[in-house]
Amino acid sequence: MATLTLIQAVNDALRTAMKNDPNVLVFGEDVGPKGGVFLATEGLTKEFGEKRCFDTPLSEDGIVGAAIGMAVNGLKPVAEIQFQDFIFPAFDQIVSEAAKLRYRSGGQYTCPMVIRTPYGGGIRGGLYHSQSGEAYFCHTPGLKVVVPSTPHDAKGLLLASIQDPDPVLFLEPKALYRSVKGEVPEGNYTVDLSTLRTVREGKDVTVICYGAMVPVCERAAARAAERGIECHIVDLRTLYPLDEDGVLEAAKRTGRVVVVHEAPRFCGYGGEISALIAENIIEYIEAPIARVTGFDTPFPNTLEHHYMPDERRVLDAIEHVAAY
Amino acid sequence: MTSTAPRTVIQPDGAAKPRDVGLSDKELIHAYRTMLRVRAFDETCLKLQRSGRIGFSIPNRGVEATQVGAAAALKKTDWLFPSYRDFGMALYHGISAEAMMHNMYGDALDSAKGRQMPVHFSFTDPIRFFSISSPIGTHIVQAVGAAYAMQYRKEKHVVLASFGDGGTSSLGFHSGLNFAGVWKAPVIFLCQNNQWAISCPSEKQTASDGYAVKAEAYGMPGVLVDGNDLLAVHQAVSEAAERARKGGGPTLIEARTFRMGGHSTSDDPTKYVPKAMVAEWEKKDPVARFEKFLKKRKLWTEKQREQWYAEAMAEVDAASKAAQATPRPALETIFSDVYATLPAHLRRQGQQAFDIAKRHGEAEAGDGAFPL
Repeated sequence: MATLTLIQAVNDALRTAMKNDPNVLVFGEDVGPKGGVFLATEGLTKEFGEKRCFDTPLSEDGIVGAAIGMAVNGLKPVAEIQFQDFIFPAFDQIVSEAAKLRYRSGGQYTCPMVIRTPYGGGIRGGLYHSQSGEAYFCHTPGLKVVVPSTPHDAKGLLLASIQDPDPVLFLEPKALYRSVKGEVPEGNYTVDLSTLRTVREGKDVTVICYGAMVPVCERAAARAAERGIECHIVDLRTLYPLDEDGVLEAAKRTGRVVVVHEAPRFCGYGGEISALIAENIIEYIEAPIARVTGFDTPFPNTLEHHYMPDERRVLDAIEHVAAY
Repeated sequence: MTSTAPRTVIQPDGAAKPRDVGLSDKELIHAYRTMLRVRAFDETCLKLQRSGRIGFSIPNRGVEATQVGAAAALKKTDWLFPSYRDFGMALYHGISAEAMMHNMYGDALDSAKGRQMPVHFSFTDPIRFFSISSPIGTHIVQAVGAAYAMQYRKEKHVVLASFGDGGTSSLGFHSGLNFAGVWKAPVIFLCQNNQWAISCPSEKQTASDGYAVKAEAYGMPGVLVDGNDLLAVHQAVSEAAERARKGGGPTLIEARTFRMGGHSTSDDPTKYVPKAMVAEWEKKDPVARFEKFLKKRKLWTEKQREQWYAEAMAEVDAASKAAQATPRPALETIFSDVYATLPAHLRRQGQQAFDIAKRHGEAEAGDGAFPL
């Protein structure tokens, strides 16, 4: 087993999928010989040729629209959108086309495809290289939304997404691309979609998070433990369709819940988690559900460290719900 | 509009130039009868809509020659990415009036399971007639992706993407033509310039000299053709298809035609289309023009027309009766086909919908199939 960074695990997953299935194609802006701006596709054009890993014109609508047509006609496209912030020209193709095609054609036409895109802050990218737009997409029946937080899961979830019969939006936490390392099995393996991962067991406070917030929550939990509060952390991994039973089970364990994401709060993903818990198991809940999120502002550049939830803010919330 | 004259094949006296039109007598008659069937389907749907049996339809009168001429240039192994005003393409290739009528009614036998509005057809057999979307232009770039797959597998098939003049203003038109040009994808872009995008005339759509000229900027040939001349459209699409099959890449064809009816049954074109324009295009009726050609070839008589039209009306009438007698889709069809397999939350919501319907006495035979 090799020790890889998260971005290396993504690259390994793409290479594995391309080796296994000649219909898997990888494309987007600068993904060809350059290997992508983050090097997720490094070496793939050289290894598999420019018919299978290639640069496209600079058009997100075109990339996703063409991917749909390829998928409908038997290929397995893995399209890259360079930054999630740039995905909105393709919003129509994702939300109105890819996500609805199986339904609107009565199952006659389907588009199994993956759209990979780096999301989130932490690289001083300002308004347009930092956003977390998961809530827009989780509001879309027919689409799956996946977010890994470890190299192992990045590879296993990406391979599962490529093999999935439905369109998947694969959000990669760019802040973790090179900051986390972990053991990654060689060859093909999958991590089931719509299953969460228990990161840490604890009896006092349940922390629900995903993507780049997972290591932040782990650090906050370590500090909470020093103060005698044991956190139970779950990493959602697939945001939609959600492992609802897993979330409810984790919330019941402690009866005290903190939800963490870096996207803005209002109509954010955390609201859905809070409602899910409140609607189904309110009798188990001992304290108000706390959300630690980005602010309801655009994403700032210089002061991004104040915008993004950090371990201090998460710790404050953990202590607050623990003491309630 | 454009300074260039559109290409024609059928001359004012009904003669074809060139004489060899690339279609057999049998195919010519099939093309003609398809246009009559489109008219019969159109007329029937208008009556059904006005009497409240169906909610909506899209009139095709005036543009039948463009639809049928283009369809006649394709093989069953090619793919169609149609617009909602392409009834003739479906009928020409053997999709039955009944299959289409089930969609108009949104009933249990509708291939889209009653999920879409009328005229949003989706068929896979006997030709790929891709599922129609309401947002304009989104399918243009998807067609290019489907063509890339053909190219990737070294197949000799082509894709035809059909859209209107309004569609050329969309994001999908630009990205579609741009991608196809760069990839040399085997696609035919058929712009049916019927001169109106609902109520907006072409001069509000573009400042360019027509639409065919836009091809140049994408690095592909652009052809302006008389859209009311079935043979001219057939010729232009055939040439484009042949070039695409040989690896020569995409073509943009502008078929200049006119939408004689409203945009839809919800639209009143008399409020915005000048009367003189309608009168002028009435004289260019594509069906009458093709009849003149067939008559000259001794393939047509008035009596024969009456018989064929009566047969078309009978076919559409039977289709409508069959659809009317078909029950609505089962309740479970709200929840199936969102994903390949039903997720837990949809299973719960489906059960809830079924329980509510049952409590109110609204559950029908077939609904009990839930949970899936």
